Amino acid sequence: MAAAISTRQPPCAALSKIRICDFTGQLAGAGATRILAAFGAQVIRIEDRLRQGQWDIFRGNGPWMDERRGIDLGGTFNNHNVEKLGVTLDMRKPEAKAILADLISVSDAVTENFSKGVLERWGFSYEEMTKIKPDIIYVSNCGFGHVGPYSEFKTWGPIVQAVSGLTFQSGLPNMPPAGWGYSYMNHTGGYLMAIAILMALYHRHRAGVGQWVDMSCTDGAAALNGPAILDYTVNGVPARRPGSPNSNRSVHPRMAPHGIYRCAGVDNWVAIAARDGEDWAKLCKVMGFDDLAADASLAALEGRMERHDEIDARIEAWTETRARMDAMYALQAEGVPAGAVQRPEDRIEDDPNTRAWNLFPTVEHSKMGRVRVDGMPIELSETPARIERGAPTLGQHNDEVFGGVMGMDSETIRSLVEEGVI
Amino acid sequence: MHGCGEQSVLEGVRVLEIGGELGAWCGKLLGDMGADVIKVEPPGGDRTRAYEPFYENQPGIDRSLFFWHYNTSKRGVTLDIERERGRDVFIELVTAADVVVDSAAPGKLDALGLGYEKLAQTSPGLVMASISPFGQSGPYSDYASTDLTALAFGGPVWSCGYDDHSLPPVRGGGNQSFQVVCHFAVMGIMTALIHRQFTGAGQRIDANMHAALNVTTEGATINWLVAGDTVQRQTGRHASVAPSADGQALCRDGRYVNMGIGARTEEQWVHLLAWLEEEGLIEDLGEYLNRPTREAMRRGDAEAREHQRKVASVMRELAAKMDADELFKRAQSLGFQWGIINAPEDVLEDPHFQARGFPVEVEHPDLGRSFIYAGAPYDLPKARWAIHRRAPLLGEHNEEVYAGELGMSADEIAELISLAIV
Repeated sequence: MAAAISTRQPPCAALSKIRICDFTGQLAGAGATRILAAFGAQVIRIEDRLRQGQWDIFRGNGPWMDERRGIDLGGTFNNHNVEKLGVTLDMRKPEAKAILADLISVSDAVTENFSKGVLERWGFSYEEMTKIKPDIIYVSNCGFGHVGPYSEFKTWGPIVQAVSGLTFQSGLPNMPPAGWGYSYMNHTGGYLMAIAILMALYHRHRAGVGQWVDMSCTDGAAALNGPAILDYTVNGVPARRPGSPNSNRSVHPRMAPHGIYRCAGVDNWVAIAARDGEDWAKLCKVMGFDDLAADASLAALEGRMERHDEIDARIEAWTETRARMDAMYALQAEGVPAGAVQRPEDRIEDDPNTRAWNLFPTVEHSKMGRVRVDGMPIELSETPARIERGAPTLGQHNDEVFGGVMGMDSETIRSLVEEGVI
Repeated sequence: MHGCGEQSVLEGVRVLEIGGELGAWCGKLLGDMGADVIKVEPPGGDRTRAYEPFYENQPGIDRSLFFWHYNTSKRGVTLDIERERGRDVFIELVTAADVVVDSAAPGKLDALGLGYEKLAQTSPGLVMASISPFGQSGPYSDYASTDLTALAFGGPVWSCGYDDHSLPPVRGGGNQSFQVVCHFAVMGIMTALIHRQFTGAGQRIDANMHAALNVTTEGATINWLVAGDTVQRQTGRHASVAPSADGQALCRDGRYVNMGIGARTEEQWVHLLAWLEEEGLIEDLGEYLNRPTREAMRRGDAEAREHQRKVASVMRELAAKMDADELFKRAQSLGFQWGIINAPEDVLEDPHFQARGFPVEVEHPDLGRSFIYAGAPYDLPKARWAIHRRAPLLGEHNEEVYAGELGMSADEIAELISLAIV
């Protein structure tokens, strides 16, 4: 257990006794330790001074909040690294290795999402780390993991999604895969990594042992397709079949009508789903479909599935004369599931739910100033998350960590800076 | 099923899962890590028991593969908590529980006198996670929701679809909205359990699916928050503010490969030229015998875009000459971050996933058969992930739990059954 050193942690932070020696970057790694930091873990993010931390592609990349550019001003990096401390080390130097060893000796977990083998090349394989701290937890999150025929392969979010089956499952019939339109698995890989770290911490507190968790982000992604996999292994029904996928429709479970329909204006849409006959009757009432409501063959799901195209055309004739929010409100007033396809500005600026939740809090970044970031979608009554401090600038907390945590005096720190170690 | 006689992470942790379909993945993630999860269903069975696909395509209360997948490693009891006798039994069950996963409609358990405050009176260390579409209170908390409407309203759908915006945006497949909020719920539960290890105190967790999706949209949110820009969807690649070249290619065997990241280094470009030479495609590059630089791509002027388009079109010719698997492996051997677009079932036959033990066999003793399930999203070598048992049959553990653990007499149980409370 790390000694409590930082005065920044509120007394009610659940993870305030946890220290993470953090080499993660991008989102699949940084997104994991971001959540631990928000719940009070002291996350010490280690970056390479020579490469200016750019082993993380977001270090020094946009979007930018104004005309300023630079290594400390990227919006994505800030978003993914709130509430962390940032230090620099040049791992090519033996002195840096000694410092890292000291840091590991007072840490609870070491985290990274490099390609396979980086830590090992520096001399910090799991075996070596256990010599420094026998119960250390090491969690690596690599695209294909450290074990297996593809472990040397290179990935990023879209490749993880492609190989796992997630990309395939998203699309319209007779069209190429649509994919997710973003790195869904960088977010989710980070969530799964955070869960793995928390599980390993919980286990260590009970059983007294650390361990190496070799995560493969692609395993995590493939695990998100469970019912489709069972349909194949149990019934022999593959997802790769004519007419499949048609992911705006619903087959697991079957629902009809079910789709995304055009609304008034340019590129405006509303999603509508009838879960059962009751929803269908209400939908007919809202849209004034007296003829369809009276059609006994449509009362049952089978009939609606058979005539889905025809029903879709009727629904779209109704939605395309209405604003997307109006269509949603009219259906929701009767209890029919409907959701406008919100643009980012809709859900961030004009959405009463995200506003009431304070979902996009403003953090204070030492160079960028005040910036809004992603918040926390779970509220813990006794140990709430805190997202107030922006991402560290390069080496921002060298003094605080090397001095405050590791007890170096200011002269030692100064000479380490001069020698280019930190 | 876990190896070496070691304790699994959550061994001895009792979880009660109650409510709707939103919490099932949360319960599975805890159960597969060793928690004793008891799923409390109404006497008629959980709604998802009626979800397709079905074992041998025949509906039946114990035949839903959807239910099978999301309820592994759980025990199952039936109980009507709408009635007083049922509520008393539920409170008894909670007394022996560490965690309650509640995905009933917001306010429902409170209205039944089974809210957190009430339950915590007899179980002070209780961790109760309530999972709902819009949070427990506030705007939209009474709105109807499905996976489709949640993903549309919460943000992911805006980024997903095709270059042709006359087509609707697309929902990513596989009920991912439920899984996203459950990942946050598990992070919250594990954080709360670690806090309880330190302090003995329990707490209440409010998990908001709409909020969870809002913070799982990557660039769409950050571009708006930081720069006030709106991303636009594109076929099979990241939605973005400035359009990018299509990187998804159709191979000879009708399968696709994501080749979105081209040569990043001069060395890779030389490899690629040699490969194109070998395939007789080098002439098709015309004048573009150098690689498009990152700077030129970022500049995005007409010449840079033409260059990028040309290279992308030759890459598509390359893809068309070979099978997807061959293209994927050859490209990766040259260091390119390309990925085959697999269907979910394809991973089961893939040597990499097999080497990592991803497909797992689960016994169904009642059917005298075993089936292959999706495996571990992460595995802790000293506290193994495992599917400890297949999903429970309806009421399978009534006797074991009510008689064996709560000490009810056979007469009492018979009475509860005759009253349809169990």
